[in-house]
Amino acid sequence: MSVWIAIAATAVGCYAVKLAGLLVPADALERPLVRRLAALLPVALLAALTAQQTFAEGQTLVVDARAAGVAAAAVALLLRAPFLLVVAAAVAVTAGVRALGG
Amino acid sequence: MTEQTALLDANTVEDKSDAAVVRDALGVGVAVGLSGFAFGVTSAGSGLTLAQTCALSLLVFTGASQFALVGALAAGGNPLTAAAGAFFLGVRNAFYGLRLSQLLALPRAVRPFAAQWVIDETTAVALAQPTRRAVRLGFTVTGLTLYLLWNLTTLLGALGAEAIGDTEAWGLDAAGPAVFLALLAPMLTNTTERTVAALAVLLGLGLLPVLPAGVPVLAAALAAPLVLWAHGRRADGAARGPENREASSGRENREAASGEERR
Repeated sequence: MSVWIAIAATAVGCYAVKLAGLLVPADALERPLVRRLAALLPVALLAALTAQQTFAEGQTLVVDARAAGVAAAAVALLLRAPFLLVVAAAVAVTAGVRALGG
Repeated sequence: MTEQTALLDANTVEDKSDAAVVRDALGVGVAVGLSGFAFGVTSAGSGLTLAQTCALSLLVFTGASQFALVGALAAGGNPLTAAAGAFFLGVRNAFYGLRLSQLLALPRAVRPFAAQWVIDETTAVALAQPTRRAVRLGFTVTGLTLYLLWNLTTLLGALGAEAIGDTEAWGLDAAGPAVFLALLAPMLTNTTERTVAALAVLLGLGLLPVLPAGVPVLAAALAAPLVLWAHGRRADGAARGPENREASSGRENREAASGEERR
């Protein structure tokens, strides 16, 4: 049940901000500080999420096969690989390291 | 710089054909739409049911928020804390909507229907078009293609995850962080953004053992206002003593300059 509550809250919240952008007068969000904060907020969240989902095992930090997979994704990004290839590299390397007992 | 390029494009490709716009839009819609597989697999692997996984793609329809929510739920987070993280990631869509509403010039009655498609990819395609007709066409074709494919591949990914069983043996738990990294990489264009990312990683990992699941990500979001505040202070400091200035990008130079003007 709690999963459905989370889904409903996320769906309502995310739709509301999308609609708000289309409805509010342009100058309401055009202040430079607000714009810069809005641009930096996803940077902070995505960086924290990447790190946590790579190194977290419950509430402890571990270095396992996922770290190798995400490192492979980073290399693919540096080589300007397309999105799907980046994700595929991470999955393949993680599976490979695990198969080798890593 | 970008605006100059856009103007140049507008002058040279004034009569960009509908077919060319549709081709651009389909390219983005298909490529990104297919990554719904990764979401479906990740969501099912995180323990969400088929119905819950599909509901997320149908109703939330903004990838980063969806991945964040299932990740937080899998980590045992409180549902509202998990939703808050997903919501904050979705806030950027409001700024896309702001830009799009000027370009699309939609009647107010149509806006609630267009709103669900206001995401990274539709905005990127729409902003690249030279005329209002092309903007509307690009937005609609990208939105429609992406919505249909994203939901179809979510369903197939979730079914596939149930069929193959142990998603970790297949390395599929690395798909989530790889998606986040791929979304993050193009945003890291200057020192401010890299500083925010580094501080957020430190906060996110450092607080993980001590705060309840889901909360460390929200705490890491504070990296954004903290770095902005520190830069504001440094710009003021630079105004008082120019020898202390340590500006490493154009944007910071401008800030330092405006700090000097204020004095």
